[in-house]
Amino acid sequence: MSTSATDKLRTAAPAASAPPKGRLSRTRVRAAWLFLLPMLVVLLLVAGWPLLRTIWFSFTDASFSTLHEAHFIGLENYLSYDDGEWYGVLADPQWWGAVRNTLFFTLVSVSLELVLGMVFALVLNAQFPGRALVRAAVLIPWAIPTIVSAKMWSWMLHDQFGILNHLLISLGILDAPLAWTANSSLSLWAVVIVDVWKTTPFMALLILAALQMLPSDCYEAARVDGIHPVRVFFRVTLPLITPALLVAVTFRVLDALRVFDVIYVLTSNSADTMSMSVFARQQLVEFQEVGYGSAASTLLFLFIALLTLAWLYLGRKRLQGDL
Amino acid sequence: MRAFSWPRLLGRIGFAMLVLCIVLFCVFPFYYAVLTSLKSSGELFQVSYWIDHLNVSNYQTILGRPSFLRSLFNSVLVSTLVVAVSLLLGLTAAYALGRFDFKGRGSVLTLVLGVSMFPQVAVLSGLFEVIRGLGLYNNPLGLVFSYTLFTLPFTVWVLTTFMRQLPKELEEAAIVDGASPWLTLTRVLMPLLWPAMVTTGMLAFIAAWNEFLFALTFTLTDSQRTVPVAIALISGGSQYELPWGIIMAASVVVTIPLILLVLVFQRRIVSGLTAGAVKG
Repeated sequence: MSTSATDKLRTAAPAASAPPKGRLSRTRVRAAWLFLLPMLVVLLLVAGWPLLRTIWFSFTDASFSTLHEAHFIGLENYLSYDDGEWYGVLADPQWWGAVRNTLFFTLVSVSLELVLGMVFALVLNAQFPGRALVRAAVLIPWAIPTIVSAKMWSWMLHDQFGILNHLLISLGILDAPLAWTANSSLSLWAVVIVDVWKTTPFMALLILAALQMLPSDCYEAARVDGIHPVRVFFRVTLPLITPALLVAVTFRVLDALRVFDVIYVLTSNSADTMSMSVFARQQLVEFQEVGYGSAASTLLFLFIALLTLAWLYLGRKRLQGDL
Repeated sequence: MRAFSWPRLLGRIGFAMLVLCIVLFCVFPFYYAVLTSLKSSGELFQVSYWIDHLNVSNYQTILGRPSFLRSLFNSVLVSTLVVAVSLLLGLTAAYALGRFDFKGRGSVLTLVLGVSMFPQVAVLSGLFEVIRGLGLYNNPLGLVFSYTLFTLPFTVWVLTTFMRQLPKELEEAAIVDGASPWLTLTRVLMPLLWPAMVTTGMLAFIAAWNEFLFALTFTLTDSQRTVPVAIALISGGSQYELPWGIIMAASVVVTIPLILLVLVFQRRIVSGLTAGAVKG
């Protein structure tokens, strides 16, 4: 099929100078699919097929060494009842702990990033000497690999020699050093701090881009009328940039829900901070429980897919409401 | 000239303090990493904010390790190849999606966007099987292959956005002259798309350079690893004494090229990020 398509393409090209209309568009459609084909094949190989296999593994007893001899066991990896006890991911307290950690992490870090990103963006949107330099400085955390930023912070958060404890004690805020990454009530906050540091710049840039597209006449009118800047911000700026904010927040939420590297480096496999991705990878790779881990991965995928669909649906509804 | 007033002055000072706080917040952790990397192991455990005397022994140690140099080489190789593959496939796909009208165009775009939302761990076991099937396990080429999962959708999306902004007349003129679609793409459109390609290429490079989960899972031996994994796995004599000076030196070595890239191409990166996110 693809050879006949290339033949058509070859013969169609010279004829294109005076073509019958229908034929030209038909060859163009064929050319379009030909141009898309390599990308589609690669996406199928790296995304479509592996996803289907993962879902299939989640219904089997596959382990890392016996991927090919996996047997179908139905829903046992998800939930099963045996001898008066519930088994499976959905009955696993550690999985629900991971779900709770992931949701807490997503909610707290994305909200903090939104607020801080807004402040950064408003500052960067103002005219002041050295603005270009400040903008360059803001890009630095974004450019640093997550793994490196996690390492940098785990050194800064070190319980005995960390600079953060040193600083807080010398300022009189703390009496004794805190074990940021080892204390079970603090470690998730440590993860949040690192993530907020790393991704606030991204949020700030997206908000800044939206701010710079705002029409200036609203602001001139507001200034002439002598309206307080805070009021202008809530009545004019915020409503106008809301669509851009929603996109930025969606991107960050989807990213935060699959968080892996910060947690893996900062607190390794501690149950206090384990996210859904960390849980799934631990089952898959460290415990070699491919079936069980795949069930967890599938649940995470379903969760994110449903959220995306809901968001698209609501977005479309909102758009139609505007019209 | 405006009259001097206390509230205005206080406002000015407050704003300057805010700017200073933002800069400190963003830059200090990296500054502290550089500072730590220049300390000897004895000085390490005394907190200080300035460097008293330079000590480059941590850099000598880390750059003297063949396995670290090898992982640097692997990272450069993998990231460069990922950029090349993503740009080639992304450009042809973006041409079809941006300049052609056909049934199914919307579905393909939705599919591409959908793939970019994938949690990486959801394809881990399936992708592991594919990579082993292709004989690419514990091979940097396997990483090139798997990284297209997140670089390709992004590249396609941004290039399609830019492709749609090009004037229609150019392409029509090429068709009237009898140029095939391939010639139109490579000779007419590509020269105009260089800025967009540099931007997306760089973002893909950064994403590939920073990737951790696949690199950790699909490689096994020191010589096949990329730098993020190499850094994550640096260990000391025991679990409780990590060689922080060496880890920070390695971190700085890995980060400096990225910071230079970002500072040089600052404006491009901002426009690329917003094209990929806001318009998407």
